Amino acid sequence: MFLQQLINGIALGSVYSLIALGYTMVYGIITLINFAHGEIFMVGAFIGLLLISVVKVNIFFAIIGAMVFCMVLGVVVELIAYRALRKSSRLSALISAIGVSIFLSSLALMVFGADAKGFPDNAFPVTQLHIGNADVSTLQLVIIGVSALLMLALEFIVQKTKIGKAMRATSEDYNTSALMGINVNRVISFTFALGSALAAAGGVLVGVLFNAVSFNMGLMAGLKAFAAAVLGGIGSIPGAMLGGLLLGVSEVFGVAIGYSSYRDAIAFSILVLVLLLKPTGLLGQKITKKV
Amino acid sequence: MGAILQSFLAGFDPYLLQILVNIGIAIVLALGLNVIVGLTGQLSLGHAAFMSIGAFASALITNKLGLAFGPNLILTGVITAVIAAIIGFPILRLTGDYLAICTLGFAEIVKVFFLNFEPSNKALGLTVQNAKTDIPVPIWVFLVAVLSVVLVSFVQTSRFGRALKAIREDEIAAEAMGINLTRYKIQAFALGSFMAGVGGGLYAHFLSYINPSDFGFLKSVDILSMVVLGGLGSVPGTVFGSAVLASAPEFLRFMSQYRMLVYGALLVFLMVFRPNGLMGGVNVMDLLLRAVGKKPAGVAFKEKSTT
Repeated sequence: MFLQQLINGIALGSVYSLIALGYTMVYGIITLINFAHGEIFMVGAFIGLLLISVVKVNIFFAIIGAMVFCMVLGVVVELIAYRALRKSSRLSALISAIGVSIFLSSLALMVFGADAKGFPDNAFPVTQLHIGNADVSTLQLVIIGVSALLMLALEFIVQKTKIGKAMRATSEDYNTSALMGINVNRVISFTFALGSALAAAGGVLVGVLFNAVSFNMGLMAGLKAFAAAVLGGIGSIPGAMLGGLLLGVSEVFGVAIGYSSYRDAIAFSILVLVLLLKPTGLLGQKITKKV
Repeated sequence: MGAILQSFLAGFDPYLLQILVNIGIAIVLALGLNVIVGLTGQLSLGHAAFMSIGAFASALITNKLGLAFGPNLILTGVITAVIAAIIGFPILRLTGDYLAICTLGFAEIVKVFFLNFEPSNKALGLTVQNAKTDIPVPIWVFLVAVLSVVLVSFVQTSRFGRALKAIREDEIAAEAMGINLTRYKIQAFALGSFMAGVGGGLYAHFLSYINPSDFGFLKSVDILSMVVLGGLGSVPGTVFGSAVLASAPEFLRFMSQYRMLVYGALLVFLMVFRPNGLMGGVNVMDLLLRAVGKKPAGVAFKEKSTT
């Protein structure tokens, strides 16, 4: 029972982590809470659904297709809605992000309708494996595997490549990096592309896992992923991974011990408690402000 | 008295009256949030939670205790403010986005609490009995909206308001000047939540049915958009922003299914072209004086930095 719930929790949590990474990277560089990120996740799920049910590709190509589409979408959103606001108050950018979020979700409502869509039955053949006394579906293993792979790829890009180095420099000090000859606009676009691609992958995985894709799935998933990012310490990439896993696992255990009607409150209660004890999140760094 | 007002309201188009009442309630809520976000600079994403606490408290007071509407609203406001102060004490130590997400998390917890709360019928929602008053509820709404404008205008220029603005501009400098950060932040939070509670009470009695799901994240966002769109920290701006956004869904009704699409795009474009809000940096008093010729033409649009 324990092992079973742990695996369920990790599968859910790794998806939260994928979405949380997008929040945390964007926040790390331009200190914007990108509220449209949850909707990018939703759009990714729909693109995956279209690719699987209309174009009839297998799940891995669907994930790649959704990632590419959302990369472009993320960059376009940044270009239209955030770039002009980079120098103005952070709240204006926040409202702009909320506007994008409302726009995208009502667009999805118009295009795809209000009811949740399911994947075709043969989208991903699921077999149950028995590990100890736990039933693990191959789907869960794929979710955990794909998430782990993407996070490793991200870690490689951020730590080992030139653009990754530029990203780290920009998040350290925006103005100085610009002075050092880093093309800050390109770095920001790249960050949005990267974050959106991860969210899209998460969207397809969640869609297949729950076999439901709907226009309003982005809101709660986005809020929880954002909570995960803050829980781990916003701006910190390992923090987002840890926060996502922690939220996923505790949510699944909370439901398992009988608090299913409090499901959405569990994640946020943990968040509030952790922030009260450690105001910068688990792995966040304390920034001392000077006058 | 009540009968006269009733017949006065009967002359109005009910549809127009409803829009006006929505605007009135929005003004009360947005001005409350303006004290927290605009004046004190503490970003709250959970204003709807205090609205829901007020709505349910006020509805239960009417349903179970049968208290008259005036005392009911005051009691509701006090209850909400006390809860806000209790919650504010630990969470207002957080700053910036950590505070924002904490208020958001708190709002979700409140929503789930009411969804599981027996006295308010859980997820079925609560039917509110008629307000115990002779004066029709729409008149109450307009009255409270005007009172809110007066109250917040006074607060803004008072000693208390100046302390809040100092906290907004620079917490460390404010503290060095002898401002007790915790005390002022909690007072501002409680004042804003008092108004949210009263607004919630009005909302509950005007609609006579409330459901916990009506007070979700999107409601908080709605209220925050009104404050930011109008211009942070500006009372005329907030009133204007509330009027625009509370009536926008009605004006956009002719577009039927494109309504929310346009609303979202509108938010983006308004922010991109007026980042400080519609009235941000516009001195309304100045414009008025100039319009009546009491002041020579000068610079109407001041560069103002808002955080």
